Amino acid sequence: MLLRLIERTAVLLVSLAVSSVLVFGFLAVLPGDPARVALGVNASDEAVAELRRQFGLDRPLTTQYFDWLGGMLQGDFGLSYISKAPIGPQITDRFQVTLWLVVTSVVIALVVAAPAGTVMAARHRQLSGLALSALSQVGVAVPAFLAGILLIMVFAVKLGWLPANGWTPPAQDPGMFLRQLVLPALSLGLVQGAVLTRYVRSAVLDVLREDYLRTARAKGLRPFPALWRHGLRNAAVPVVTVLGLQLATLLIGAVVVERVFVIPGLGSLLLDGVSNRDLLVVQDVVMVLVVAVLVVNFLVDLLYVALDPRLRVTR
Amino acid sequence: MSDVLTVQGLTVSVRDVALVSDVELTVGPGERVGLIGESGSGKSLTALSVLGLLPEDVLAAGSVRLSGVDHELIGADERRMSRVRGRHLAMVFQEPMTALNPTMRVGDQVAEAMLIHRTRSSRRAARIAAAELLELVQLPGVMRTYPHQLSGGQRQRVVLALALANDPALLICDEPTTALDVTVQAMVLDLIMRGVAARESALLFITHDLAVVATVCQRVLVMYGGRVVESGPVTEVFTRPRHRYTEGLIAASDLESADSGPADVGLATSAPRRLPTIPGNVPPAGQFPDGCVFRNRCAHATETCATLPPWTGTPTQGFACHHPAGASDA
Ligand SMILES: Nc1ncnc2c1ncn2[C@@H]1O[C@H](COP(=O)(O)OP(=O)(O)OP(=O)(O)O)[C@@H](O)[C@H]1O
Ligand code: SF4
Ligand SMILES: [Mg+2]
Repeated sequence: MLLRLIERTAVLLVSLAVSSVLVFGFLAVLPGDPARVALGVNASDEAVAELRRQFGLDRPLTTQYFDWLGGMLQGDFGLSYISKAPIGPQITDRFQVTLWLVVTSVVIALVVAAPAGTVMAARHRQLSGLALSALSQVGVAVPAFLAGILLIMVFAVKLGWLPANGWTPPAQDPGMFLRQLVLPALSLGLVQGAVLTRYVRSAVLDVLREDYLRTARAKGLRPFPALWRHGLRNAAVPVVTVLGLQLATLLIGAVVVERVFVIPGLGSLLLDGVSNRDLLVVQDVVMVLVVAVLVVNFLVDLLYVALDPRLRVTR
Repeated sequence: MSDVLTVQGLTVSVRDVALVSDVELTVGPGERVGLIGESGSGKSLTALSVLGLLPEDVLAAGSVRLSGVDHELIGADERRMSRVRGRHLAMVFQEPMTALNPTMRVGDQVAEAMLIHRTRSSRRAARIAAAELLELVQLPGVMRTYPHQLSGGQRQRVVLALALANDPALLICDEPTTALDVTVQAMVLDLIMRGVAARESALLFITHDLAVVATVCQRVLVMYGGRVVESGPVTEVFTRPRHRYTEGLIAASDLESADSGPADVGLATSAPRRLPTIPGNVPPAGQFPDGCVFRNRCAHATETCATLPPWTGTPTQGFACHHPAGASDA
């Protein structure tokens, strides 16, 4: 257990280091220098040189890299090339917004996928199971932004039940916060849930074929309790894996959905950074997203050990 | 005294192909009955029909009655069957490596067998009983271990402990030692024998191994092609087989200890004897000849054998063959 923790932590640290080099390196090798990109093609050479000096862009790349990395480790994300405002506080605010959106949609995805996938597996020969399978196929094919637009059309425009867009922090007005959260979280969560349903289905189908489930039945458990008590934890292992792998897709989905619903999250910050040609903002946000993915996958790895005793080092 | 298990006219089929036909089988109180036959003869399907745990597309017809249970088991709904399984009727399967839930502690899996049927008053009482059961199968102190920490033989003993937890009237073992090392087979067999003896449970024991049958069972049924072709006391069947298939089995085996009849469990020295090969192959399910199922492999087959041989003898001892071995004295 301890060995695994140390090993996984080492893997996490190495991947963090490598990805920071990649993120920094990718933006550094992009053609054009960030100062010129920020000021536009018509800016005078003096202005560009002034900005380069001001932001230390005239220093060697390695110095810039370690400066950037060291700053981030202390929570200093640097200043925007455009607004000259510190980027850190913005990221903190935006991160919370995206976190709400992503966590809520993961919960929705699980709430949809766990029962739907289980029913699909248990009834894979009956009409109800096949119908659910077909429905999830459709769900898989729909991109999140399209789901968002459809949901807006139905529930905001046509029925007027929920606001079409916007964001209110929970502390300011919890009711409004929830009402505004519903549609974006659904558009992300339902699509993700449809994908996950298929994995839940195959995981449960595998478990249903296991000998230990027959043992459970032979003990006198009825089919559903047998699956619940003996199958759930075993089926959770592959599902958790997929959930971890889906996180990257989910974050990309969140970027788009934030745009559709006008939500001030990390995704909007990223897209604003791109359209303002504010390269340091882009670099910081991408790095934060990468760190989030790596840390979650690290946690997923630890979760396996909790789920499956075979992975613990034997006595 | 009435029988513990009574199976009548049991037929198992998948999409109109009969896999098991017309099986008659009784097990008396405390009796130990063996079920032998080559691979694919329908032994496991017969056992699973009794338990009501056939695969989805496989259907059973006929009658299965168990003493102490006031309803027919074939076709009984899940609610009723779940009260019978694990309580009146328990089963040990062939493959111990996969029979236990890998994510649950061994002690909890044994205790659960009692909690499901409320045969112990509390979770605590069930855990204490589970520890005792595990001690009886010579596994003290394994309550908190997980299955992967145990060997195949140890796991099979856990399965035995949980099968015996509620003192079932009938224990079915489907090749319980086939997957185990020779050295641990004898121990597991001994524990099975002691377990059923202590509870006065009846035993239906499925195996390939004639020597094991001779050791464990009092009576034996020989299956071939989904039918019971011969049955009777072990000594009788092994020394004076009547059906030509049984005769082939015995003749080709080196079952020198069969004469001594059910001996004490002294198997540790003798290697297990798999069923010997009889000329020809077992046809795939549903492609056995009509009439006598053995007639495409039988040296004594005549035209008469194209009609189904009738059962000769009593329900507990007899055979189904037109030209039985040792017929001169009959
Ligand atoms: N689900 C199924 N669908 C179709 N055929 C099946 C199914 N299960 C078993 N059979 C067939 O039924 C026949 C009897 O199977 P069974 O498992 O009862 O044999 P067995 O006597 O237990 O053999 P073994 O000694 O190999 O365990 C075999 O020919 C097998 O192929
Ligand atoms: S009935 Fe005929 S074919 Fe069948 S075993 Fe007897 S002699 Fe052989
Ligand atoms: Mg079998």
